[in-house]
Amino acid sequence: MSERRIYADHAATTAVSDEVLQEILPYFQEHFGNPSSIYGRGRENERAIIDARKRVANVLGAQPNEIFFTAGGSESDNWAIKGVADKLSEKGKKHIITSAFEHHAVLHTCEFLEKHGFEITYLPVSPEGLIDPQQVEDAIREDTALVTIMYANNEIGTIQPIPEIGAICKKNGVLFHTDAVQAIGNVPVNVKAQNIDLLSLSGHKFHAPKGIGVLYVRRGIQLSNLIHGGGQESGKRAGTENVPGIIGIAKALELATADIPGKIAKLTPLRDKLIDGILKIDQTRLNGDRNRRLAGNVNVSIVGIEGESLLLLLDQYGIQASSGSACTSGSLDPSHVLLSLGLAHEVAHGSLRLSFGEEFTEEDADYILEVIPQIVDRLRSMSPMWESLTQSGKRLV
Amino acid sequence: MNYSEKVLDHFTRPRNVGEIPDANAIGEVGNAKCGDIMKMYLKIEDDTIQDVKFKTFGCGAAVATSSMATEMIKGKSIAEVLKLTNQAVMEALDGLPPVKIHCSVLAEQAVKAALTDYYTRLGIDPKPIVGEVPEMAE
Repeated sequence: MSERRIYADHAATTAVSDEVLQEILPYFQEHFGNPSSIYGRGRENERAIIDARKRVANVLGAQPNEIFFTAGGSESDNWAIKGVADKLSEKGKKHIITSAFEHHAVLHTCEFLEKHGFEITYLPVSPEGLIDPQQVEDAIREDTALVTIMYANNEIGTIQPIPEIGAICKKNGVLFHTDAVQAIGNVPVNVKAQNIDLLSLSGHKFHAPKGIGVLYVRRGIQLSNLIHGGGQESGKRAGTENVPGIIGIAKALELATADIPGKIAKLTPLRDKLIDGILKIDQTRLNGDRNRRLAGNVNVSIVGIEGESLLLLLDQYGIQASSGSACTSGSLDPSHVLLSLGLAHEVAHGSLRLSFGEEFTEEDADYILEVIPQIVDRLRSMSPMWESLTQSGKRLV
Repeated sequence: MNYSEKVLDHFTRPRNVGEIPDANAIGEVGNAKCGDIMKMYLKIEDDTIQDVKFKTFGCGAAVATSSMATEMIKGKSIAEVLKLTNQAVMEALDGLPPVKIHCSVLAEQAVKAALTDYYTRLGIDPKPIVGEVPEMAE
């Protein structure tokens, strides 16, 4: 077992930061009141939520009454898509445009709507993992209710041309939703300037607690409720407010977006060093465009080995990462994201994602680059797939 | 993935990894597309498994079940080896997560594929002895 611990799975989740924790702790005991209550304890918390809503709106370039708190990214995605679909189907608009490599919170929601009479266009993705805005425009029809395209992909980190897609949707009078769960804090996001109508965020990806998310809904958009019940969130989302979560996501969002250029400048060289180092290994490939990707994302395929084995051995060296192999997804197929790039199954099975944040150092990158070739040698030496590839001289990448 | 200590032990320190240059029985099952290939090498003398080695491309459970299967058949008679079940491999590893049960099936099939090869080389129809072993997919 290694002494070193390197957490390289930020795209999966992050720890609550000290600053966020200090800010939210009083809301578990001292300030536990229900914001709907009439007495002081409740009113104080109502005021705290009003303040948090302003702070979130401020970061996103929105108005406070356009910000709704949810239980996370999945709920925000479900609400945006189902809410728009339900409202606009009344006007005969039953077509939705999305992409083949969205998060399952979007894809499975679209599949659900397909069963209920909606038609979904799944735009193909380029081999570099990018959506062409022209394809979005070409797919728009008279009955298109919504375009939903993620801001940055969760597996391969590619950053989509969201402002361009937003402009196209505005021009064509179609609503535009983006899942910005991975992008926020890594890419400057401004809903007004970028013509975004609906936007999803998840707190735990940027050091807020799990179980809190945001849905931005541009004023004037009619959205059916997803969670019915009490009158919280202006009657749009029932359920007693997650006060610590709401305070936490506001604080975390401010911190995450305080110095995006600084974060990009720090992480990009480390990312590129990792990419260059791993690609020195024979029969490896980078998944996703090299430049239009998140500064803290590396996704590679290493031919001849299987992702879960790689992760288990990396863990022995104290490196925590993830993979898009079938074995790690609990299904028979490897990641739909990697397959959407046109990767063969056997190449997708050998994928590795390293996603890191601001605490990542040059020494961490060096250590990872020292460990990976050893593990790859070890796994390839016992791989019948690698053996038959080397014997036949066949190359998969 | 919640693996037992035994699975992790066999994954991190797999037993009998490698090849046998003069193996007289080689079986390969699974395919790269699905993410698992197991190749089993046997040296059989006097109806007994004198030596066994394996190579596996696959997840932690695939490596661990291959490793455990080799330990369970080494030194055993063919008659005993034919009784090896995926259930027994799984139990020897203190269980597998439900999504990994197919790995133990693959380990059983790898052993049987090697025995099929053994009889085929001897000019004996393996089917009545070993039974059906699924062909390797491309």
